[in-house]
Amino acid sequence: MILADTFQPSTFLDAFRFIGNHGWLIWHKAFEQLVLSAAAMGVAMAIAIPIGVWLGHVHRGSFAAINVSNIGRALPSLAVIAICLPFLGIGFLDVLVALVVLAFPLMLTNAYVAVDGVDPDVVEAARGMGMHERDILLRVEVPLATPLLFAGIRTAAVYVVSTATIAAIAGGGGLGDIIVGQSEYRLEGVIGAAFCVTVLAVLADLALGGVQYLVSPRGLRKPRRPFEVDATIAHPAVGQ
Amino acid sequence: MSGGPVIPNFGEGSSCVLHNDLFCSDWFTQNWSPVLQPALVQHIELTAKAVGIGFVIAFAFAIVARRFRIVERPFSLLSAFVYTIPSLALFQLLIPVTGLTDTTVLIALVGYTLLILFRNTVEGFRAVPADVLESARGMGLTGLQTLWRIELPLALPSIMAGVRIAVVSTISLATIAAFVRPVGLGHPIFDAIQDNIFKTELFAAGGLAVALAIGCDAILVAAQRGLTPWTRAKRS
Repeated sequence: MILADTFQPSTFLDAFRFIGNHGWLIWHKAFEQLVLSAAAMGVAMAIAIPIGVWLGHVHRGSFAAINVSNIGRALPSLAVIAICLPFLGIGFLDVLVALVVLAFPLMLTNAYVAVDGVDPDVVEAARGMGMHERDILLRVEVPLATPLLFAGIRTAAVYVVSTATIAAIAGGGGLGDIIVGQSEYRLEGVIGAAFCVTVLAVLADLALGGVQYLVSPRGLRKPRRPFEVDATIAHPAVGQ
Repeated sequence: MSGGPVIPNFGEGSSCVLHNDLFCSDWFTQNWSPVLQPALVQHIELTAKAVGIGFVIAFAFAIVARRFRIVERPFSLLSAFVYTIPSLALFQLLIPVTGLTDTTVLIALVGYTLLILFRNTVEGFRAVPADVLESARGMGLTGLQTLWRIELPLALPSIMAGVRIAVVSTISLATIAAFVRPVGLGHPIFDAIQDNIFKTELFAAGGLAVALAIGCDAILVAAQRGLTPWTRAKRS
């Protein structure tokens, strides 16, 4: 299955040549990977963000929010793929579940920490002005929490896009198909596809950074440089 | 024995195995000592080695970075970047350099741990308040004493958090390593996928990997609480 190609400096040049020569294949596989990642991100966001935001709003369940995340983060993706395989079969759905499991904890913790950490004085002031709970949540807490909340989404996106590569093991498609097909595409194909995965992850991060900038309230806009991972996201479990 | 298809040995399998039912306990008991237990032990060994070596290297670099802060930023950029390289590719990339050996797997795993461990150790040191260092100097502690008695204990929560992430992610990445080298719990998983999705083996090996990851995480939480009793009082 694995051929040990000889490795020369020119292999890296060959990798770029491979990308050039297999343009259509790369686009096709990259698109598959993006669709898979976007679907996983969508599902994870739809579940994690409302729960995290609500728990943060009521300042309750920090134990649950953080521990569910820690356990979720501990689950090896391949093991999740393996355990779900008998139920969901080879293909898209199985890998989707594994990626949702990967993204969920990061988003939940960040949404919780973001809303929970909104200055209580501001919330108090909003309440004093006679705002409804719903308006306090949607017009005060969520906007103020947006930067941190979005940082979790960005980090999750980078993890999901790069982890989606292992989809190829379970027939989920994507650039991983090239990476596991060394016998067909040779080492330059593996390196070329790996490079494309990295570019895809970086692009996803930058694109979400743009969205983050646009949805953040003007007073909170601090363009975060790519790859600058907040301490809270890098290890949500510090000292817990 | 090694290398060949481990299961199901058509002809001697039970009807449960032949029908690929949801979970065949007879297969599990039969294959525990020849397949699953060695895989589990290999997995633990691999993780322990990778995190151990990674920790020694990362810690040494972090001590250097504590004095020369210029190292930090490029390293954290690099760390985020390397994380986007798919492990599936990195394992294959190393084969031409180090061959189809366990060393290849170990190098890749150490590489991934280095970055987390370095960043968390450096952050831990940085979080030590300047006036605490000042008073340490005022008390007449030498540089080494300050490091050992003041900085290290205060950085410990961050370092331990890094070790936790490193252990858990190494366990996860080590399953993928089985793609290039038949070691660890990933090996039975890949076997089972190729063997017409043999359910019992998928549940057994996948379940063991999950249990190992969660178990190690729990042990490290307990260890952290034991090592840093003062952090417990702060949270409520």
